[in-house]
Amino acid sequence: MASEIHPILCIGCPSGCGGEVVVEDGKVTEMRGFTCDKGKAYAAEEVVAPRRMVTTTVRVRGGGLPLLPVVSEQPVPKDRVLDCVSQLRAVELTAPIAAGDVVVPDLLGLGIRFVASRSIGAAGEGYPL
Amino acid sequence: MHEPYYDVVTIGGGPAGMAAALGAREAGADKVLILERDRELGGILQQCIHNGFGLRRFQAELTGPGYAHRYIEMVEKAGIDVWLDTTVLATAPGGAVSCVSPTGGPQTVRAGAVVYAMGCRERTRGAIRIPGSRPAGVFTAGAAQRMVNMEGYLPGHDVVIIGSGDIGLIMARRMTLEGARVRAVFEIMPYSNGLTRNIVQCLNDFSIPLYLSHSVVAVHGHDRVTGVTVAQVDSHFAPVPGTEFELPCDCVLLSVGLIPENELTRSAGIHMDSVTGGAVVDQFRQTSAQGFFAAGNVLHVHDLVDWVSREAETAGQSAARFAHGALGGTGGALAVSAGAGVRTVVPQRLVPPTGDEKSVRFYFRATQPLQPAILALHADDNVVWQRRLRVVKPSEMVVADIQVATLFQGAENLTFTISPATE
Repeated sequence: MASEIHPILCIGCPSGCGGEVVVEDGKVTEMRGFTCDKGKAYAAEEVVAPRRMVTTTVRVRGGGLPLLPVVSEQPVPKDRVLDCVSQLRAVELTAPIAAGDVVVPDLLGLGIRFVASRSIGAAGEGYPL
Repeated sequence: MHEPYYDVVTIGGGPAGMAAALGAREAGADKVLILERDRELGGILQQCIHNGFGLRRFQAELTGPGYAHRYIEMVEKAGIDVWLDTTVLATAPGGAVSCVSPTGGPQTVRAGAVVYAMGCRERTRGAIRIPGSRPAGVFTAGAAQRMVNMEGYLPGHDVVIIGSGDIGLIMARRMTLEGARVRAVFEIMPYSNGLTRNIVQCLNDFSIPLYLSHSVVAVHGHDRVTGVTVAQVDSHFAPVPGTEFELPCDCVLLSVGLIPENELTRSAGIHMDSVTGGAVVDQFRQTSAQGFFAAGNVLHVHDLVDWVSREAETAGQSAARFAHGALGGTGGALAVSAGAGVRTVVPQRLVPPTGDEKSVRFYFRATQPLQPAILALHADDNVVWQRRLRVVKPSEMVVADIQVATLFQGAENLTFTISPATE
């Protein structure tokens, strides 16, 4: 089977090394241009199973603010990021909410929890919008 | 009329103001007050819902609101007074801080020392003189960020971003996640002004093109923006004839730099640095006015909040020491200059060390990208310290700790340079 070459820009440090990862039959066979082990590990993961932390907002009823920022507790497979965000768009919570509260215990069966990034008090406690 | 007294007053309750207040408490100030014009603490962090904050300060990857939350809890525990919805109007020599709020009306607070921590503002369309008509739909990236993340409005569906600053890149991803189409990011410089991480995760992940050495030469639309004309620019930033092309859009976001918000500092007659846009300070972050300190983005624009917290802690500690008479004034200072290759250096002055500190932390910005480079300290005409840097970029602040013994060797002038190194 022919090998595929994936160009990857490392984000590990300000050097921003650009390199290539060669993949044959789904396995990394060669790396070119990366200058440290951390960079190589990142580049391999970027090609085989890239993941991203997901942050977005969900609606809040009866709170001092209309939106609650939420974050995934672990990185999500990159190709599921948009799905996660559209699922969370349908979520509506009721204030008060405390930072760290679980918003969704397992989104899309990925086994990843989404939690509140901040606290939001009930409207009237604190300054109304 | 009764004027309350505080040992240390911080103007601003964002990351700098909170860290300064906590630093002041740690250094023994009994009465510390934060004056904040918004309805809550946290400053701009509250709208930066993405993660990546706190790797240095907390050894954890937090969201902006998450980082703010940790500081707000510390401020509450430390018994620091906070006045929200309070706008400071002026500061006067001797530590009089005039402010106004809907509940308290106009008031004056007496401070043993003051820390300026007002943060910064975004550069606007006017500041970079983009020609064309003046339709609705043109926003700064931070204003759009607030609408999307805190107020629940999407400012457009078809977006062009001018400038590759980090907020613009973050908003390219955010608008895409919320269903908008982001057509392109245009950067006038030949290199990006954002972190590599943001180029990869905010643009490349969504196949959003970044055009370097390109500028928007016209904005079209009568009531609402309908499109932009873009052109390549030459090395003098002049549009190259024949390279123009048009893109339709209903929203233009600007991410073209930040300006420290120093109206209070300037009107107090404090000596300013025309390049950083902030006050000239010494290693304790004391300005040219005795008892007035500055830290965070009001002093110089940082790229990591972790450094803001660290710098503000120093300013707060120093302010507490000043209030107790344990830190001197601003006399006898040694000038620190930005030489070739260095755009900014903070602090810009050094006062004689008080004996407690072993080293001084300097923050630099380079004038141009170099790989590799040498950062050198010249005392009068001699190089007394240098460090090799694998890479320098104007968008990423360089930080160096230098021993007090190296700095105070009797030289009259200290100058830093950044020059190309051989591979």
